[in-house]
Amino acid sequence: MSTEHTPDEAAAARRPLVQLTEVSKFYGNVKALEGVSLEVHAGEITCVLGDNGAGKSTLIKIIAGLHQHDAGTFTIEGERTRLASPRAALDRGIATVYQDLAVVPLMPVWRNFFLGSEPTRGRGPFRRLDVAAMRETTRTELLRMGIDLRDVDQPIGTLSGGERQCVAIARAVYFGAKVLVLDEPTAALGVKQSGMVLKYVAAARDAGLGVVLITHNPHHAYLVGDHFVLLKRGAMAGSHAKAEIALEELTRQMAGGSELEQLSHELSRAVGPKGA
Amino acid sequence: MSATTAPVRPEGAEDERLLRRSLLRRLAVRPELGALVGAAAVFLFFSVVADSFLQWSSFSTVLYGASTIGIMAVPVALLMIGGEFDLSAGVMVTSSALISSMFSYQMTANVWVGVGVSLLATLAIGFFNGILLTRTKLPSFIITLGTFLMLTGANLGFTQLIDGTVSTKTIADMEGFPSARKVFASHLTIGDVDLNVTVLWWFGLVALATWILLRTRAGNWIFAAGGNADAARAVGVPVNKTKIGLYMGVAFGAWIAGQHLLMSYDAVQSGEGVGNELLYIIAAVIGGCLMTGGYGSAIGAAIGAFIFGMTDKGIIYAQWNADWFKLFLGAMLLLAALLNAWVRKRAEASK
Repeated sequence: MSTEHTPDEAAAARRPLVQLTEVSKFYGNVKALEGVSLEVHAGEITCVLGDNGAGKSTLIKIIAGLHQHDAGTFTIEGERTRLASPRAALDRGIATVYQDLAVVPLMPVWRNFFLGSEPTRGRGPFRRLDVAAMRETTRTELLRMGIDLRDVDQPIGTLSGGERQCVAIARAVYFGAKVLVLDEPTAALGVKQSGMVLKYVAAARDAGLGVVLITHNPHHAYLVGDHFVLLKRGAMAGSHAKAEIALEELTRQMAGGSELEQLSHELSRAVGPKGA
Repeated sequence: MSATTAPVRPEGAEDERLLRRSLLRRLAVRPELGALVGAAAVFLFFSVVADSFLQWSSFSTVLYGASTIGIMAVPVALLMIGGEFDLSAGVMVTSSALISSMFSYQMTANVWVGVGVSLLATLAIGFFNGILLTRTKLPSFIITLGTFLMLTGANLGFTQLIDGTVSTKTIADMEGFPSARKVFASHLTIGDVDLNVTVLWWFGLVALATWILLRTRAGNWIFAAGGNADAARAVGVPVNKTKIGLYMGVAFGAWIAGQHLLMSYDAVQSGEGVGNELLYIIAAVIGGCLMTGGYGSAIGAAIGAFIFGMTDKGIIYAQWNADWFKLFLGAMLLLAALLNAWVRKRAEASK
């Protein structure tokens, strides 16, 4: 991906919210990530695609502040930075929703929604949670995202996986995240649930957030993505705007291109590969 | 929740889908329910088999027995909700009493000075437990097993070293003892009921703990630290500080219980307290706390302690051999754990 913009790319001339340029990460003598570049713009979805072990998790951990990069530059709104902790990332407006770490299952939805940023009222020893406001805000904010919850008091573990992801996304939007990083939000979900999550991802985009969507499913990525970054064995295997690439080509590159053809040949007696 | 954008309901209108949730279901999601049912059953049982069980004097004895366990069961329950154990809680009570008694005696200070020094020292032990846990990331079972053994040895060793026997010297004739006794070990008479002041301490702690758990940010963090520490950290919850605070809460309970132990007589046996840590955990579990953390209540733990008090004294009122007590307690624990597991399943299924 080029960091220089040609004059006719007026739309792209905006300063990206997050920009990674030639970022690398080493664990000892293992290259987990090498020379990866990507941009995240407000109101756009950048998809990071790759198979298991392609370096998606490492990339997300750098953006989320869990790990620091070893080479290259990482800028947030034009400012070169190195995030020390997830809290630092949150303070800079980068909210990360992990597939497994999103919520505390046994706690009610409204307690989860405000966890870590609880509003209080009263002072001194009478400083207490503003429970009524927390319940009401949870309900209205979820409704605003199109999530109609029966009961905000139910343990969040009773919601489906897709619903939990949606609550986590709504929470990030409510707390003023500018960049939303989603780690495989649809990985463990069925077709209908995946659709629901993708809808809320699009809703977050429409609310003006920059979204990084990590996935290994090119079909999901192509539905909502504006830009696609392909990772393969820790390195960039491609970077395309949606206009430049068709789903078939994306799927082919994602699945390893020639490797897939090889597999197709090997399996030719069977019905044929499914593609994803 | 539905995938379609539902029309906004008029304010205050009930969601029609909520009708399916019965009152029983609502109660069943409360962690205290199992303990409450158990308490009612135990109460009925001893009312039938022990003639003197229903007298007011028996009631105050039961309440006193419950309070001595309950004062510690409350902070231990909070700690368990926060996902950790404290095996040193039992002997810490004795340590707290010993420090208070020996400091006052050796320094010929006002008893209240010893009480104050004991508070600081006991909180320091709790802080030590917490900091060791969060720094080393070892299981709390191992860490507090270590402090349990160290405190047990220190209690016996220091008492032997300083006083030459297994018990401390009496502080009954020292300045401040009468007022300290009033605060930690006096009796009040309300109507026909003779109440030990420990019952007030106990109720006070239950109220405070319930307030913290349900209505403060710290309470939210306690549930989150026990329920899913990584998720809590990811949204900025100070998990380590919360856990250290919980250990200091247990230490605070140990200080109150320890001062009671000292003031109700005027000397302390250095070998006491061993095994009590399990009673606190049992009370918390009977009260609905999950061994895995993230779920439970202070009121539940109080009911658990009350069941303990009823069983402990009920067996005596029924004129049975006290040896049967542990059999009852064990059966109660198993029943409570089974009931809790069942209740939780129902609660989680109440979609």
